[in-house]
Amino acid sequence: MEMLAIDLSLGLEKLLLIGGIISFSLLVAMYTTYGERKIAAWMQDRRGPNRAGPFGLLQPAADGLKLFFKEEIIPLTSNRMLFVLGPALAMITAMLTSAVIPWGPTIEVFGRQVSLQIADVNIGILYIFGVVSMGVYGIMIGGWASNNKFSLMAAVRGASQIISYELAMGLSLIALLMLTGTLSLKSIVAQQMTGGWNIIYQPLGFLIFLICVFAECNRTPFDLPEAENELNFGYHQEYSSMKLGLYLFAEYVNMFISSAVVATLFFGGYDIPFVDEASLAANIGVNATAALGFAALFSKILFFLFLFIWVRWTIPRFRYDQLMDLGWKKLIPLALANMLITAVVVLWLNK
Amino acid sequence: MHITEILFWILTALALFSALMVVSSDNPVHSVLWLILVFMAITGHYILMNAQFLAIVNMIVYAGAIMVLFLFVIMFMNLNKDSEPQKSVWLRLAAVVSGGSLLLILVAALKDNGGYINSMKGEGSIGLIKNLGNTLFTEYVVPFEISSILFLSAMVGAVVLGKKESSTPAA
Repeated sequence: MEMLAIDLSLGLEKLLLIGGIISFSLLVAMYTTYGERKIAAWMQDRRGPNRAGPFGLLQPAADGLKLFFKEEIIPLTSNRMLFVLGPALAMITAMLTSAVIPWGPTIEVFGRQVSLQIADVNIGILYIFGVVSMGVYGIMIGGWASNNKFSLMAAVRGASQIISYELAMGLSLIALLMLTGTLSLKSIVAQQMTGGWNIIYQPLGFLIFLICVFAECNRTPFDLPEAENELNFGYHQEYSSMKLGLYLFAEYVNMFISSAVVATLFFGGYDIPFVDEASLAANIGVNATAALGFAALFSKILFFLFLFIWVRWTIPRFRYDQLMDLGWKKLIPLALANMLITAVVVLWLNK
Repeated sequence: MHITEILFWILTALALFSALMVVSSDNPVHSVLWLILVFMAITGHYILMNAQFLAIVNMIVYAGAIMVLFLFVIMFMNLNKDSEPQKSVWLRLAAVVSGGSLLLILVAALKDNGGYINSMKGEGSIGLIKNLGNTLFTEYVVPFEISSILFLSAMVGAVVLGKKESSTPAA
Protein backbone atom coordinates (compact mmCIF):
# COMPACT_ATOMS: atom_id res chain seq x y z
CA MET A 1 0.00 0.00 0.00
CA GLU A 2 2.58 2.52 1.12
CA MET A 3 4.82 1.32 -1.66
CA LEU A 4 2.34 2.60 -4.21
CA ALA A 5 1.32 5.83 -2.54
CA ILE A 6 3.59 7.90 -4.73
CA ASP A 7 4.04 11.59 -4.06
CA LEU A 8 4.17 13.92 -7.00
CA SER A 9 7.75 15.18 -6.87
CA LEU A 10 9.08 11.65 -6.56
CA GLY A 11 7.01 10.64 -9.54
CA LEU A 12 8.34 13.55 -11.55
CA GLU A 13 11.89 12.74 -10.53
CA LYS A 14 11.53 9.10 -11.55
CA LEU A 15 9.87 10.09 -14.81
CA LEU A 16 12.78 12.38 -15.67
CA LEU A 17 15.23 9.67 -14.73
CA ILE A 18 13.45 7.08 -16.88
CA GLY A 19 13.36 9.49 -19.82
CA GLY A 20 17.02 10.31 -19.35
CA ILE A 21 18.14 6.70 -19.12
CA ILE A 22 16.08 5.56 -22.09
CA SER A 23 17.29 8.35 -24.36
CA PHE A 24 20.83 7.80 -23.14
CA SER A 25 20.68 4.06 -23.90
CA LEU A 26 19.27 4.78 -27.34
CA LEU A 27 22.05 7.27 -28.01
CA VAL A 28 24.71 4.82 -26.85
CA ALA A 29 23.14 2.04 -28.91
CA MET A 30 23.20 4.32 -31.97
CA TYR A 31 26.85 5.05 -31.54
CA THR A 32 27.60 1.40 -30.81
CA THR A 33 26.51 0.63 -34.36
CA TYR A 34 28.96 3.28 -35.52
CA GLY A 35 31.64 1.87 -33.22
CA GLU A 36 30.98 -1.62 -34.49
CA ARG A 37 31.51 -0.56 -38.08
CA LYS A 38 34.58 1.50 -37.29
CA ILE A 39 36.21 -1.23 -35.24
CA ALA A 40 35.37 -3.87 -37.83
CA ALA A 41 36.92 -1.65 -40.46
CA TRP A 42 40.00 -1.14 -38.33
CA MET A 43 40.39 -4.89 -37.79
CA GLN A 44 39.99 -5.59 -41.48
CA ASP A 45 42.27 -2.75 -42.55
CA ARG A 46 39.49 -0.65 -44.09
CA ARG A 47 38.31 2.88 -43.38
CA GLY A 48 34.72 2.28 -42.33
CA PRO A 49 31.98 4.92 -42.54
CA ASN A 50 33.61 8.30 -43.20
CA ARG A 51 31.26 10.26 -45.47
CA ALA A 52 28.44 11.55 -43.26
CA GLY A 53 29.84 14.29 -41.06
CA PRO A 54 33.36 14.48 -39.62
CA PHE A 55 34.81 10.96 -39.27
CA GLY A 56 31.42 9.67 -40.39
CA LEU A 57 29.94 10.62 -37.02
CA LEU A 58 26.51 11.33 -38.50
CA GLN A 59 26.33 7.85 -40.01
CA PRO A 60 24.01 6.41 -37.31
CA ALA A 61 21.55 9.27 -37.86
CA ALA A 62 21.68 8.68 -41.60
CA ASP A 63 21.04 4.95 -41.06
CA GLY A 64 18.11 5.68 -38.79
CA LEU A 65 16.56 8.11 -41.25
CA LYS A 66 17.03 5.65 -44.08
CA LEU A 67 15.22 2.95 -42.13
CA PHE A 68 12.37 5.32 -41.27
CA PHE A 69 11.83 6.39 -44.86
CA LYS A 70 11.92 2.93 -46.39
CA GLU A 71 8.73 1.33 -47.57
CA GLU A 72 6.99 -0.70 -44.94
CA ILE A 73 5.96 -4.13 -46.12
CA ILE A 74 3.72 -6.44 -44.16
CA PRO A 75 3.49 -9.83 -45.88
CA LEU A 76 0.01 -10.81 -46.96
CA THR A 77 -0.03 -14.18 -45.23
CA SER A 78 1.52 -12.95 -42.03
CA ASN A 79 -0.35 -12.51 -38.82
CA ARG A 80 -0.66 -8.74 -38.90
CA MET A 81 -1.05 -7.89 -35.25
CA LEU A 82 1.65 -10.23 -34.00
CA PHE A 83 3.91 -9.17 -36.84
CA VAL A 84 3.82 -5.64 -35.46
CA LEU A 85 3.97 -6.78 -31.85
CA GLY A 86 7.23 -8.73 -32.30
CA PRO A 87 9.71 -5.86 -32.81
CA ALA A 88 7.91 -3.71 -30.24
CA LEU A 89 8.29 -6.44 -27.64
CA ALA A 90 11.95 -6.92 -28.51
CA MET A 91 12.62 -3.23 -27.95
CA ILE A 92 10.53 -2.92 -24.77
CA THR A 93 12.16 -5.89 -23.07
CA ALA A 94 15.59 -4.60 -24.05
CA MET A 95 14.77 -1.32 -22.30
CA LEU A 96 13.05 -2.72 -19.20
CA THR A 97 16.22 -4.13 -17.65
CA SER A 98 17.68 -0.66 -17.16
CA ALA A 99 15.21 -0.03 -14.34
CA VAL A 100 17.18 -1.82 -11.62
CA ILE A 101 20.71 -0.82 -12.58
CA PRO A 102 22.25 1.78 -10.25
CA TRP A 103 23.77 4.32 -12.63
CA GLY A 104 25.57 6.26 -9.93
CA PRO A 105 25.54 7.17 -6.25
CA THR A 106 22.92 9.50 -4.78
CA ILE A 107 23.12 13.08 -6.00
CA GLU A 108 21.71 16.30 -4.60
CA VAL A 109 19.40 18.44 -6.70
CA PHE A 110 17.94 21.56 -5.04
CA GLY A 111 18.48 20.03 -1.63
CA ARG A 112 16.78 16.76 -2.56
CA GLN A 113 18.50 13.41 -2.38
CA VAL A 114 18.04 11.84 -5.78
CA SER A 115 19.00 8.22 -6.33
CA LEU A 116 20.34 7.45 -9.80
CA GLN A 117 18.45 4.17 -9.88
CA ILE A 118 14.91 3.92 -11.12
CA ALA A 119 13.80 1.19 -8.72
CA ASP A 120 15.79 -0.35 -5.89
CA VAL A 121 13.64 -3.45 -5.55
CA ASN A 122 14.87 -6.15 -3.23
CA ILE A 123 14.76 -8.74 -5.99
CA GLY A 124 16.98 -6.74 -8.37
CA ILE A 125 18.81 -9.59 -10.08
CA LEU A 126 15.72 -11.77 -10.36
CA TYR A 127 13.94 -8.88 -12.04
CA ILE A 128 16.66 -8.89 -14.70
CA PHE A 129 16.10 -12.60 -15.19
CA GLY A 130 12.38 -12.09 -15.50
CA VAL A 131 12.81 -9.48 -18.19
CA VAL A 132 15.41 -11.52 -20.05
CA SER A 133 13.07 -14.50 -20.13
CA MET A 134 10.44 -12.20 -21.65
CA GLY A 135 12.93 -11.22 -24.33
CA VAL A 136 12.42 -14.56 -26.07
CA TYR A 137 8.92 -13.58 -27.08
CA GLY A 138 10.03 -10.73 -29.31
CA ILE A 139 12.00 -13.18 -31.42
CA MET A 140 9.48 -16.03 -31.30
CA ILE A 141 6.40 -13.97 -32.06
CA GLY A 142 8.13 -12.10 -34.86
CA GLY A 143 9.50 -15.28 -36.39
CA TRP A 144 6.21 -17.13 -36.25
CA ALA A 145 4.03 -14.26 -37.41
CA SER A 146 6.17 -13.81 -40.53
CA ASN A 147 4.77 -17.12 -41.80
CA ASN A 148 8.11 -18.06 -43.29
CA LYS A 149 9.88 -21.34 -42.66
CA PHE A 150 13.29 -19.76 -42.26
CA SER A 151 11.98 -17.20 -39.82
CA LEU A 152 10.26 -19.90 -37.77
CA MET A 153 13.39 -22.06 -37.65
CA ALA A 154 15.47 -19.06 -36.61
CA ALA A 155 12.96 -18.06 -33.96
CA VAL A 156 12.90 -21.55 -32.48
CA ARG A 157 16.67 -21.67 -32.51
CA GLY A 158 16.88 -18.34 -30.77
CA ALA A 159 14.37 -19.35 -28.13
CA SER A 160 16.02 -22.68 -27.34
CA GLN A 161 19.41 -21.01 -27.18
CA ILE A 162 18.20 -18.37 -24.77
CA ILE A 163 16.46 -20.91 -22.53
CA SER A 164 19.52 -23.15 -22.44
CA TYR A 165 21.94 -20.42 -21.52
CA GLU A 166 19.62 -18.88 -18.97
CA LEU A 167 20.20 -21.95 -16.79
CA ALA A 168 23.98 -21.64 -16.68
CA MET A 169 23.60 -17.90 -16.19
CA GLY A 170 21.36 -18.40 -13.17
CA LEU A 171 23.66 -21.00 -11.65
CA SER A 172 26.72 -18.79 -12.04
CA LEU A 173 24.85 -15.97 -10.34
CA ILE A 174 23.81 -18.14 -7.39
CA ALA A 175 27.49 -18.44 -6.44
CA LEU A 176 27.78 -14.66 -6.57
CA LEU A 177 24.67 -14.24 -4.46
CA MET A 178 26.08 -16.58 -1.81
CA LEU A 179 28.98 -14.17 -1.41
CA THR A 180 26.96 -10.97 -1.41
CA GLY A 181 23.93 -12.25 0.49
CA THR A 182 21.64 -9.77 -1.24
CA LEU A 183 19.72 -9.50 -4.49
CA SER A 184 19.66 -5.73 -4.61
CA LEU A 185 22.10 -4.35 -7.16
CA LYS A 186 22.65 -1.23 -5.12
CA SER A 187 23.85 -3.20 -2.08
CA ILE A 188 26.03 -5.36 -4.31
CA VAL A 189 27.78 -2.25 -5.60
CA ALA A 190 28.11 -0.85 -2.08
CA GLN A 191 29.77 -4.08 -0.94
CA GLN A 192 32.21 -3.97 -3.81
CA MET A 193 33.21 -0.40 -2.93
CA THR A 194 34.58 -1.54 0.43
CA GLY A 195 35.42 -5.18 -0.11
CA GLY A 196 36.96 -5.31 -3.57
CA TRP A 197 35.34 -6.21 -6.86
CA ASN A 198 33.50 -9.49 -7.23
CA ILE A 199 35.66 -10.53 -10.17
CA ILE A 200 38.43 -11.29 -7.62
CA TYR A 201 36.24 -13.76 -5.76
CA GLN A 202 34.29 -15.15 -8.70
CA PRO A 203 36.53 -15.33 -11.79
CA LEU A 204 34.94 -18.55 -13.04
CA GLY A 205 31.47 -17.28 -12.32
CA PHE A 206 32.26 -14.15 -14.29
CA LEU A 207 33.50 -16.15 -17.25
CA ILE A 208 30.36 -18.30 -17.35
CA PHE A 209 28.16 -15.25 -16.92
CA LEU A 210 29.92 -13.41 -19.72
CA ILE A 211 29.55 -16.33 -22.13
CA CYS A 212 25.86 -16.58 -21.29
CA VAL A 213 25.42 -12.85 -21.82
CA PHE A 214 26.86 -13.24 -25.30
CA ALA A 215 24.38 -16.03 -25.95
CA GLU A 216 21.44 -14.04 -24.57
CA CYS A 217 22.29 -11.08 -26.78
CA ASN A 218 22.49 -13.30 -29.87
CA ARG A 219 25.97 -12.03 -30.57
CA THR A 220 28.66 -13.93 -32.41
CA PRO A 221 29.69 -16.71 -31.75
CA PHE A 222 26.11 -17.35 -30.68
CA ASP A 223 24.27 -15.54 -33.48
CA LEU A 224 22.66 -18.68 -34.86
CA PRO A 225 19.18 -17.14 -35.06
CA GLU A 226 20.49 -14.89 -37.80
CA ALA A 227 22.97 -17.23 -39.46
CA GLU A 228 22.58 -15.86 -42.95
CA ASN A 229 24.23 -18.75 -44.76
CA GLU A 230 21.77 -21.26 -43.31
CA LEU A 231 18.66 -19.20 -42.66
CA ASN A 232 18.84 -16.32 -45.14
CA PHE A 233 18.35 -13.48 -42.71
CA GLY A 234 16.98 -15.21 -39.64
CA TYR A 235 13.86 -14.30 -37.73
CA HIS A 236 13.65 -10.80 -39.19
CA GLN A 237 13.70 -11.98 -42.79
CA GLU A 238 10.27 -10.57 -43.65
CA TYR A 239 10.72 -7.31 -41.82
CA SER A 240 11.41 -4.03 -43.51
CA SER A 241 11.73 -0.37 -42.63
CA MET A 242 11.77 0.61 -38.97
CA LYS A 243 10.43 -2.74 -37.74
CA LEU A 244 13.65 -4.31 -38.93
CA GLY A 245 15.41 -1.31 -37.45
CA LEU A 246 13.85 -2.00 -34.06
CA TYR A 247 15.02 -5.61 -34.10
CA LEU A 248 18.55 -4.65 -35.05
CA PHE A 249 18.55 -1.78 -32.61
CA ALA A 250 17.22 -3.91 -29.75
CA GLU A 251 20.34 -6.03 -30.09
CA TYR A 252 22.54 -3.01 -29.46
CA VAL A 253 20.42 -1.80 -26.57
CA ASN A 254 20.67 -5.31 -25.13
CA MET A 255 24.43 -5.19 -25.47
CA PHE A 256 24.59 -1.88 -23.68
CA ILE A 257 22.36 -2.95 -20.80
CA SER A 258 24.11 -6.32 -20.47
CA SER A 259 27.47 -4.56 -20.30
CA ALA A 260 26.05 -2.40 -17.54
CA VAL A 261 24.84 -5.49 -15.67
CA VAL A 262 28.22 -7.22 -15.98
CA ALA A 263 30.03 -4.08 -14.85
CA THR A 264 27.67 -3.71 -11.91
CA LEU A 265 27.80 -7.31 -10.75
CA PHE A 266 31.47 -8.08 -11.20
CA PHE A 267 33.39 -4.83 -11.72
CA GLY A 268 32.16 -2.61 -8.94
CA GLY A 269 29.52 -0.64 -10.85
CA TYR A 270 30.09 3.07 -10.29
CA ASP A 271 33.04 2.41 -7.97
CA ILE A 272 36.11 4.41 -9.01
CA PRO A 273 39.08 2.04 -8.67
CA PHE A 274 41.70 2.86 -5.99
CA VAL A 275 39.75 5.91 -4.80
CA ASP A 276 37.90 6.32 -1.53
CA GLU A 277 34.59 7.84 -2.61
CA ALA A 278 33.64 9.14 0.82
CA SER A 279 36.71 11.34 1.21
CA LEU A 280 36.47 12.40 -2.42
CA ALA A 281 32.89 13.51 -1.86
CA ALA A 282 34.03 15.55 1.13
CA ASN A 283 36.61 17.29 -1.06
CA ILE A 284 34.89 18.02 -4.34
CA GLY A 285 31.22 17.64 -3.42
CA VAL A 286 28.61 14.92 -3.84
CA ASN A 287 27.52 15.73 -7.37
CA ALA A 288 31.02 15.85 -8.82
CA THR A 289 31.77 12.49 -7.21
CA ALA A 290 28.58 11.09 -8.69
CA ALA A 291 29.61 12.36 -12.12
CA LEU A 292 33.01 10.71 -11.75
CA GLY A 293 31.35 7.50 -10.57
CA PHE A 294 29.07 7.50 -13.57
CA ALA A 295 32.09 8.11 -15.80
CA ALA A 296 33.79 5.09 -14.20
CA LEU A 297 30.73 2.92 -14.82
CA PHE A 298 30.46 4.20 -18.36
CA SER A 299 34.09 3.45 -19.17
CA LYS A 300 33.60 -0.10 -17.86
CA ILE A 301 30.52 -0.40 -20.06
CA LEU A 302 32.46 0.90 -23.05
CA PHE A 303 35.12 -1.73 -22.46
CA PHE A 304 32.53 -4.51 -22.55
CA LEU A 305 30.90 -3.04 -25.64
CA PHE A 306 34.31 -3.14 -27.26
CA LEU A 307 34.69 -6.76 -26.12
CA PHE A 308 31.36 -7.65 -27.75
CA ILE A 309 32.50 -6.10 -31.02
CA TRP A 310 35.99 -7.52 -30.80
CA VAL A 311 34.69 -11.06 -30.34
CA ARG A 312 32.23 -10.65 -33.18
CA TRP A 313 34.93 -9.81 -35.69
CA THR A 314 37.39 -12.40 -34.39
CA ILE A 315 35.55 -15.64 -33.70
CA PRO A 316 33.45 -17.63 -36.18
CA ARG A 317 29.97 -18.90 -35.38
CA PHE A 318 29.27 -22.17 -33.57
CA ARG A 319 27.46 -25.03 -35.18
CA TYR A 320 24.11 -25.69 -33.57
CA ASP A 321 25.10 -28.95 -31.86
CA GLN A 322 28.30 -27.34 -30.58
CA LEU A 323 26.22 -24.56 -29.10
CA MET A 324 23.95 -26.98 -27.26
CA ASP A 325 26.95 -29.06 -26.14
CA LEU A 326 28.66 -26.02 -24.70
CA GLY A 327 25.54 -24.88 -22.92
CA TRP A 328 24.29 -28.12 -21.42
CA LYS A 329 27.36 -30.32 -21.07
CA LYS A 330 30.09 -27.83 -20.25
CA LEU A 331 28.75 -24.59 -18.81
CA ILE A 332 26.07 -26.07 -16.54
CA PRO A 333 28.36 -28.63 -14.84
CA LEU A 334 31.03 -25.97 -14.53
CA ALA A 335 28.56 -23.53 -13.00
CA LEU A 336 27.33 -26.22 -10.60
CA ALA A 337 30.89 -27.00 -9.53
CA ASN A 338 31.57 -23.29 -9.05
CA MET A 339 28.43 -23.01 -6.95
CA LEU A 340 29.36 -25.98 -4.74
CA ILE A 341 32.92 -24.80 -4.18
CA THR A 342 31.73 -21.30 -3.34
CA ALA A 343 29.17 -22.69 -0.91
CA VAL A 344 31.77 -24.84 0.83
CA VAL A 345 34.23 -21.96 1.11
CA VAL A 346 31.58 -19.58 2.42
CA LEU A 347 30.48 -22.10 5.04
CA TRP A 348 34.07 -22.84 6.02
CA LEU A 349 34.97 -19.16 6.44
CA ASN A 350 31.84 -18.43 8.45
CA LYS A 351 32.40 -21.33 10.84
CA MET B 1 -10.43 5.16 -4.79
CA HIS B 2 -6.94 4.33 -3.68
CA ILE B 3 -4.36 3.65 -6.37
CA THR B 4 -3.89 0.05 -5.19
CA GLU B 5 -7.58 -0.55 -5.62
CA ILE B 6 -7.60 0.91 -9.13
CA LEU B 7 -4.64 -1.24 -10.08
CA PHE B 8 -6.34 -4.28 -8.55
CA TRP B 9 -9.46 -3.83 -10.66
CA ILE B 10 -7.50 -3.16 -13.84
CA LEU B 11 -5.40 -6.28 -13.31
CA THR B 12 -8.45 -8.35 -12.44
CA ALA B 13 -10.30 -7.24 -15.55
CA LEU B 14 -7.22 -7.94 -17.65
CA ALA B 15 -6.75 -11.40 -16.13
CA LEU B 16 -10.38 -12.39 -16.60
CA PHE B 17 -10.61 -11.04 -20.13
CA SER B 18 -7.38 -12.75 -21.18
CA ALA B 19 -8.49 -16.00 -19.57
CA LEU B 20 -11.71 -15.87 -21.58
CA MET B 21 -9.70 -15.19 -24.72
CA VAL B 22 -7.50 -18.23 -23.98
CA VAL B 23 -10.46 -20.56 -24.27
CA SER B 24 -12.34 -18.74 -26.99
CA SER B 25 -9.69 -17.80 -29.56
CA ASP B 26 -9.49 -19.97 -32.65
CA ASN B 27 -5.76 -20.00 -33.09
CA PRO B 28 -3.84 -22.00 -30.46
CA VAL B 29 -0.85 -19.69 -30.71
CA HIS B 30 -3.12 -16.78 -29.79
CA SER B 31 -4.40 -18.83 -26.87
CA VAL B 32 -0.87 -19.27 -25.55
CA LEU B 33 -0.16 -15.56 -25.93
CA TRP B 34 -3.33 -14.68 -24.03
CA LEU B 35 -2.30 -17.16 -21.35
CA ILE B 36 0.99 -15.30 -21.00
CA LEU B 37 -1.02 -12.15 -20.44
CA VAL B 38 -3.02 -13.94 -17.72
CA PHE B 39 0.23 -14.84 -15.96
CA MET B 40 1.43 -11.26 -16.27
CA ALA B 41 -1.75 -9.98 -14.66
CA ILE B 42 -1.35 -12.49 -11.82
CA THR B 43 2.25 -11.33 -11.40
CA GLY B 44 0.85 -7.84 -11.00
CA HIS B 45 -1.50 -9.11 -8.29
CA TYR B 46 1.41 -10.65 -6.43
CA ILE B 47 3.24 -7.34 -6.54
CA LEU B 48 0.17 -5.61 -5.11
CA MET B 49 0.36 -8.06 -2.20
CA ASN B 50 4.06 -7.14 -1.81
CA ALA B 51 5.05 -10.71 -2.64
CA GLN B 52 7.90 -9.62 -4.89
CA PHE B 53 9.71 -12.94 -4.99
CA LEU B 54 6.59 -14.88 -5.83
CA ALA B 55 5.75 -12.34 -8.51
CA ILE B 56 9.08 -12.55 -10.24
CA VAL B 57 9.28 -16.34 -10.00
CA ASN B 58 5.80 -16.56 -11.46
CA MET B 59 7.04 -14.43 -14.33
CA ILE B 60 10.30 -16.33 -14.88
CA VAL B 61 8.96 -19.85 -14.54
CA TYR B 62 5.43 -19.67 -15.89
CA ALA B 63 5.39 -16.76 -18.30
CA GLY B 64 9.05 -17.13 -19.24
CA ALA B 65 9.93 -20.80 -19.39
CA ILE B 66 6.83 -22.97 -19.48
CA MET B 67 4.93 -20.80 -21.93
CA VAL B 68 7.94 -20.68 -24.25
CA LEU B 69 7.89 -24.47 -24.38
CA PHE B 70 4.14 -24.45 -25.05
CA LEU B 71 4.67 -21.95 -27.83
CA PHE B 72 7.48 -24.08 -29.21
CA VAL B 73 5.36 -27.16 -29.59
CA ILE B 74 2.31 -25.35 -30.92
CA MET B 75 4.28 -23.37 -33.48
CA PHE B 76 5.78 -26.57 -34.83
CA MET B 77 2.50 -28.46 -35.00
CA ASN B 78 0.98 -25.69 -37.11
CA LEU B 79 -2.55 -26.35 -35.92
CA ASN B 80 -5.41 -24.60 -37.60
CA LYS B 81 -9.08 -25.00 -38.16
CA ASP B 82 -8.81 -27.02 -41.37
CA SER B 83 -6.35 -29.60 -40.14
CA GLU B 84 -8.07 -30.14 -36.80
CA PRO B 85 -10.72 -32.86 -36.91
CA GLN B 86 -14.10 -31.91 -35.47
CA LYS B 87 -14.62 -33.31 -31.99
CA SER B 88 -17.65 -35.51 -31.43
CA VAL B 89 -20.65 -34.23 -29.48
CA TRP B 90 -20.06 -36.63 -26.60
CA LEU B 91 -16.49 -35.40 -26.18
CA ARG B 92 -17.69 -31.81 -26.02
CA LEU B 93 -20.35 -32.74 -23.51
CA ALA B 94 -17.78 -34.49 -21.34
CA ALA B 95 -15.52 -31.44 -21.53
CA VAL B 96 -18.33 -29.14 -20.45
CA VAL B 97 -19.28 -31.40 -17.54
CA SER B 98 -15.74 -31.77 -16.24
CA GLY B 99 -14.98 -28.08 -16.67
CA GLY B 100 -18.23 -27.21 -14.91
CA SER B 101 -17.47 -29.44 -11.95
CA LEU B 102 -14.02 -27.90 -11.57
CA LEU B 103 -15.66 -24.48 -11.52
CA LEU B 104 -18.12 -25.71 -8.90
CA ILE B 105 -15.30 -26.91 -6.65
CA LEU B 106 -13.36 -23.68 -7.06
CA VAL B 107 -16.38 -21.55 -6.25
CA ALA B 108 -17.22 -23.75 -3.25
CA ALA B 109 -13.67 -23.52 -1.97
CA LEU B 110 -13.44 -19.75 -2.35
CA LYS B 111 -16.95 -18.87 -1.17
CA ASP B 112 -16.36 -19.27 2.55
CA ASN B 113 -12.84 -17.95 2.45
CA GLY B 114 -13.45 -14.22 2.35
CA GLY B 115 -11.77 -13.52 5.68
CA TYR B 116 -8.56 -15.16 4.65
CA ILE B 117 -8.39 -13.35 1.35
CA ASN B 118 -8.99 -10.00 3.02
CA SER B 119 -6.05 -10.61 5.35
CA MET B 120 -3.67 -10.74 2.39
CA LYS B 121 -3.34 -6.97 2.07
CA GLY B 122 -0.17 -5.35 0.80
CA GLU B 123 1.65 -4.40 4.00
CA GLY B 124 2.91 -7.85 4.92
CA SER B 125 6.48 -8.85 4.26
CA ILE B 126 5.73 -12.57 4.02
CA GLY B 127 6.38 -12.57 0.31
CA LEU B 128 9.83 -11.02 0.50
CA ILE B 129 12.64 -13.37 -0.33
CA LYS B 130 14.26 -13.37 3.11
CA ASN B 131 11.15 -14.48 4.98
CA LEU B 132 10.19 -16.92 2.29
CA GLY B 133 13.64 -18.51 2.34
CA ASN B 134 13.66 -18.77 6.13
CA THR B 135 10.28 -20.46 6.21
CA LEU B 136 11.06 -22.75 3.33
CA PHE B 137 14.34 -24.01 4.71
CA THR B 138 13.35 -24.37 8.36
CA GLU B 139 9.69 -25.11 8.86
CA TYR B 140 8.93 -26.68 5.51
CA VAL B 141 12.28 -28.18 4.63
CA VAL B 142 11.03 -31.77 4.32
CA PRO B 143 8.16 -31.10 1.90
CA PHE B 144 10.49 -28.79 -0.02
CA GLU B 145 13.13 -31.47 -0.48
CA ILE B 146 10.56 -34.14 -1.27
CA SER B 147 9.04 -31.99 -3.99
CA SER B 148 12.50 -31.43 -5.46
CA ILE B 149 13.01 -35.21 -5.59
CA LEU B 150 9.64 -35.47 -7.29
CA PHE B 151 10.77 -32.99 -9.94
CA LEU B 152 14.02 -34.86 -10.42
CA SER B 153 12.24 -38.16 -10.94
CA ALA B 154 9.83 -36.51 -13.37
CA MET B 155 12.78 -35.18 -15.33
CA VAL B 156 14.54 -38.54 -15.42
CA GLY B 157 11.28 -40.16 -16.46
CA ALA B 158 10.88 -37.67 -19.33
CA VAL B 159 14.40 -38.40 -20.53
CA VAL B 160 13.84 -42.16 -20.35
CA LEU B 161 10.57 -41.88 -22.26
CA GLY B 162 12.03 -39.49 -24.79
CA LYS B 163 15.06 -41.61 -25.53
CA LYS B 164 14.64 -43.73 -28.62
CA GLU B 165 15.11 -47.43 -28.15
CA SER B 166 17.94 -48.36 -30.43
CA SER B 167 16.76 -51.39 -32.40
CA THR B 168 20.28 -52.17 -33.55
CA PRO B 169 22.90 -52.10 -30.82
CA ALA B 170 25.48 -49.44 -31.41
CA ALA B 171 28.75 -50.76 -32.74
